[in-house]
Amino acid sequence: MSEPRLDVHAQPGPCWSVPKGLRRVPKGLDELATEHLVLNMGPQHPSTHGVLHVLLELDGEEVQAAEASVGYLHRGIEKLAESRKYHQVGTLLDRSDYLAGLHTEAAFAMATERLAEIEVPRKAEWIRALTMELCRLASHYVWAGTYGMDAGAMAPFLYIMRDREMILDILEAITGGRMMFNYIRPGGVFADLPAGIDQPIRAFLSTFETYLAEMDALLGGNEIFQARMHGVGVISRETAMAFGLAGGTLRASGVDFDVRRDMPYAAYPELDFDVPVATGGDCWDRYVVRIEEMRQAARMIRQLVDGMPEGDFTAKVPKVLRPPAGEMYAAVESPRGELGIHIVSDGSATPYRMRVRSPAYYNLAICDEALAGSLIADAVVILGSLDIVLGEIDR
Amino acid sequence: MNAVAPIAIRILAMLGLLLVNGVVLIYMLRKVLGRLHIRIGPNRVGPFGLLQTVADVVKLLTKEDLMPDSADKWLFWIAPFVVFVPSFLAYLPLAFGPNLAVTRLDTGLLFLLAVLSLIPIGVLMAGWASNSKWSLVGGMRAAGQQIAYEVPLLLSVLGPVMMAGSLDLSKIIEAQKNLWFVFPQFIAFIIYIIAAQADTQQTPFDMSEAESELITGFANEYGGMRFGFLFLAEFSNMFIVAALGTALFFGGWYLPFLADNPIALSLGPVIFIAKAYIGIFVMMWARGALPRIRVDQLLAFAWKALIPISLSWVVIWACIQRLVLVR
Repeated sequence: MSEPRLDVHAQPGPCWSVPKGLRRVPKGLDELATEHLVLNMGPQHPSTHGVLHVLLELDGEEVQAAEASVGYLHRGIEKLAESRKYHQVGTLLDRSDYLAGLHTEAAFAMATERLAEIEVPRKAEWIRALTMELCRLASHYVWAGTYGMDAGAMAPFLYIMRDREMILDILEAITGGRMMFNYIRPGGVFADLPAGIDQPIRAFLSTFETYLAEMDALLGGNEIFQARMHGVGVISRETAMAFGLAGGTLRASGVDFDVRRDMPYAAYPELDFDVPVATGGDCWDRYVVRIEEMRQAARMIRQLVDGMPEGDFTAKVPKVLRPPAGEMYAAVESPRGELGIHIVSDGSATPYRMRVRSPAYYNLAICDEALAGSLIADAVVILGSLDIVLGEIDR
Repeated sequence: MNAVAPIAIRILAMLGLLLVNGVVLIYMLRKVLGRLHIRIGPNRVGPFGLLQTVADVVKLLTKEDLMPDSADKWLFWIAPFVVFVPSFLAYLPLAFGPNLAVTRLDTGLLFLLAVLSLIPIGVLMAGWASNSKWSLVGGMRAAGQQIAYEVPLLLSVLGPVMMAGSLDLSKIIEAQKNLWFVFPQFIAFIIYIIAAQADTQQTPFDMSEAESELITGFANEYGGMRFGFLFLAEFSNMFIVAALGTALFFGGWYLPFLADNPIALSLGPVIFIAKAYIGIFVMMWARGALPRIRVDQLLAFAWKALIPISLSWVVIWACIQRLVLVR
């Protein structure tokens, strides 16, 4: 890692910029000062992306303080995993990050393989990378569309749904599921690639650039959208490091870290790709970074389809896997950032303990700080820019 | 009695136009937005989904009339009508053809803009009476926005008024027989469409509704036909600003180069409404394509850009007309 170390315990500076516009009540006018309004945003609100509940303390339209309250979607996935055999845990993890189930599955499979010292065939690694990148695109599509909706633009959402549909069809052909895959298993993947799957993938890639450019022109090319994004929700590099942010949110703040490159796994060491980084740390940079990530994902998919090796799609794994006692952590770069699975095994057929390091949870942690001082409209956009998935936060 | 009856018939006809407009515009909005969003829009209820709006109206009419316990009963009850009635009154001075208006007022334009500016009071009432924080924020936004955008709206219509030398909408249209005012008054027209879009609370200025922020804002606690009235008023406002734009800038019932053609003249009302619908289509187009502007940017845009430009245009045009044209 070329990353110079930062003192993460240093006092973080102010991480937001007070927007120009509405002024605070000037001093000396205290007798005119009004009560603050406490507003419950969510758990049922179109812009909290699921069942997030944010308490906003408002002075007029200006957010004075914000507090995120999570847990409305808690299903006890980590606890449930303790009573599942190793190859059954994937079904649970699909429902953790429901927009990118394959990444969570892959992290779990990798942790198990490292614990049980299973050698994964090269083809399985490539299939994993291929499906994961497709899944990343699908997830980023949803993010870009809902981000536009947060800013009030309806059209991009429906544009991305058309493109995402093609990916979901491809993933369905490969894995049998559109969102709940249970495809990446300890030892490899569940089934080989179907014959001729490169045709629909190539067909998708042939339209990808045009459609993405179209969506980007409609959303990112729009002057109102740019005015809404620039300088809003600025997260400084130091704050981003101190809060342990991940993924696009981290890279938009100028930290050049990507698990795929810096802690290589699957087929990524053999692939040629760039990690987009921006330095501004505002909502606009988070948009730019993620859109560029989508282009890079398409670039990787092209390489993966072209160079797909021959061989087995899974290693020989016993029906009931009993990894030796011990513990192991494995991380993948999910669409939301470093997603880690920590497994503790006592040598039995079920994990003794499983813990998910959920990137969206860490990204959401900054919301209390990032929302304060913004307007309601900004608060919605900042929440959207963090790319939260409540299924993964609450587990 | 004899004097009252024709007026009553005309008013009823206008009410009919308003309701038909509402039904047609809702269907049109859905279809236009659908096409802009690469989807189809309603296509299940009736042929081409034409009965979708009818089904919706029936649904709204048969819904239980709910009122929040903590609502301010009187205000809550009356607010939809305070929004709806001015929007209907604004139809009265509209001239759809030569001598075809409910009532021909010498100050028709002034009357129209005056009743339109009553609407934010109703919106604020609705927001306040609902006793919901979201509605209140929506109502406050609507009030601030409409106060800010009434000014450029009023200033932008002054150019055509100066050219026609009248506030009577029929006379303004008649003055455009040979030259539509959109050409000399292009700057005023641009300001007019922006201010009109803001005044009718359409995206990118739909502050008071703000789906993703305030979840329909001031109309949040309304259901059934009360919501229907708020909704209808919105669509009727769209028609009014489009019709006003047609009358002020696009020659009302005149067709280009066919101003004296008797057939074209007899089709006057159809031409007028068709032009207004083209204007509405442009408004829907903007609604389908643009994100929403932020509330402080919205106000800054009105006070720092639109008002100075429109004010200076009024002064410039007054000078041009006095010094260059009228000699």
